[in-house]
Amino acid sequence: MQADLFEKARFRTAGDRGLLVEYGDVIDPDVNNKVRSMAIVMEDNPPQGVTEIIPTYRSLLIIYDPAITHPAELQNMLATLEARLGEIKIPPPRTVEIPVCYGGDFGPDIDTVAGQNNLTVAEVIKLHCEPQYLIYMVGFTPGFPFLGGLSEKLHTPRLETPRTLVPEGSVGIANNQTGIYPIASPGGWQLIGRTPVKLFAPARRNPFLYQAGDRIKFKAISAEKYARLVKEEAQ
Amino acid sequence: MEVFSVLTPGGYTTIQDEGRFGYQQMGIPVSGALDAFAFHCANLLVSNTKNTAVMEITVMGPRLEIMAAADLAVAGAGIGMTLNAQPVETWTSFSVKPGDILDIQQVQSGCRAYLAVNGGIDVPEVMGSRSTYVGGNIGGYHGRLLKAGDVINCGRGKRLSGRRKMPSDMIPAYPPELLIRAIPGPQDDFFQEGLEVIFQSDFMVSTKADRMGYRLQGPEVRLHKGMPKSIISEPTMPGGVQIPADEQPIILFVEQTVGGYTKIVTVISVDLSKVAQATPGDTIRFERVSLETAHKLYQEQQKKMQRLETKLSDA
Repeated sequence: MQADLFEKARFRTAGDRGLLVEYGDVIDPDVNNKVRSMAIVMEDNPPQGVTEIIPTYRSLLIIYDPAITHPAELQNMLATLEARLGEIKIPPPRTVEIPVCYGGDFGPDIDTVAGQNNLTVAEVIKLHCEPQYLIYMVGFTPGFPFLGGLSEKLHTPRLETPRTLVPEGSVGIANNQTGIYPIASPGGWQLIGRTPVKLFAPARRNPFLYQAGDRIKFKAISAEKYARLVKEEAQ
Repeated sequence: MEVFSVLTPGGYTTIQDEGRFGYQQMGIPVSGALDAFAFHCANLLVSNTKNTAVMEITVMGPRLEIMAAADLAVAGAGIGMTLNAQPVETWTSFSVKPGDILDIQQVQSGCRAYLAVNGGIDVPEVMGSRSTYVGGNIGGYHGRLLKAGDVINCGRGKRLSGRRKMPSDMIPAYPPELLIRAIPGPQDDFFQEGLEVIFQSDFMVSTKADRMGYRLQGPEVRLHKGMPKSIISEPTMPGGVQIPADEQPIILFVEQTVGGYTKIVTVISVDLSKVAQATPGDTIRFERVSLETAHKLYQEQQKKMQRLETKLSDA
């Protein structure tokens, strides 16, 4: 049995329009999978009066219209859906490959990450490209994926002073997490590389390439390939 | 159709509608007009449908040259306003013609005002909304604040047959001392004496008050002994009152999606408009209400808006 999952979902009141549903209180793939499954089931059976469903690490926020529904109704509905979870087919998560040009100007902190962990830069790149990272949650900025599964050999603390501007596409490490900055923003993560792929393109038919519950695999590319892909993206 | 040429942009002027819904799970905040009540009223005054884009004006208004005949209305903060140097009233529709100069000055009470034009401000919809999200550089007018030289378009709307005026007893006052109703949670169980502090103290709105959140100053709101300082990041609601490490509350607003600090209480929906009109130096006191009361007030507010709609459309 999955020990980290709550036996019963726990509910919290997030104001007069929000119901927070917790399935565990740890960062754990099984708990996150439960969150993802419930989000998918609810989106396929949209309950009346629900305006938005937001899955994160271990909880779902359900935003509702109090003129149409009530948290008690939503709790009953969730219990019913949960009981049926076993018989519902949940689509398997997708794996999205993200090409990354590591080091140099694109990854100014890769030497720090290597140095602090007694690794060579080549080893950092190899270790970072190995896992299929689980996207626990998307947020902070549009499309920012919070990824789980970083090798312990790469854990590195945040920068002491955050950068005021991290360039779009930067790939970083903060303690046991790794992630990508889809838009330029301030940030304190150790930057090890950059992707030429546009992770957030509001005008694109699908503005995002992935969602919470999907997986990301990094692939190391050369600076030449990076330049070529940037050109292709621009077309 | 070109309707406004921006001569001076004012303090922080953006295009907003009701907001961008359905993308919070991708890290896109709702955005939208911060004071939903004044926003709806501005649209009703020029006979627009509910979710029509307007200009959100903050503290200092813009100076605009009018480029087309139209009906306009400004609702929200008490603000001085002249049309060709002649004073015009807020909460009342007025007509303009090409060449007119509309000068919206500094707020006298409240913080935000909404300028609606019949037909609505026409900017491209991005992910289902015309609201500006400056942090993400999307929506509104090229994803940014207005600046001098910008030319703003409006859609085609039916001109008003007469003047529409908000009933004076329905115009909110914006006093510098606010009583804001809130429901405990989502993490009220992380606090004990902190809950007493939040409901029994005065908090001052600090200068760090924007569309992301309002930072307050007051007595420390402490977590109960032994409770963890942060939680696993979770989605936030507008109105959530977050307690960060410095124990000074932040009322979260519409440009935030996730956070890892506890939220001790959440402001009820109908009182968010009041908070949106608070300015630095104002005092906020929280009053505890139940979820049932909040829902009742929400439904009453909806009925009030429907009555108002009927009343104004007679004009």
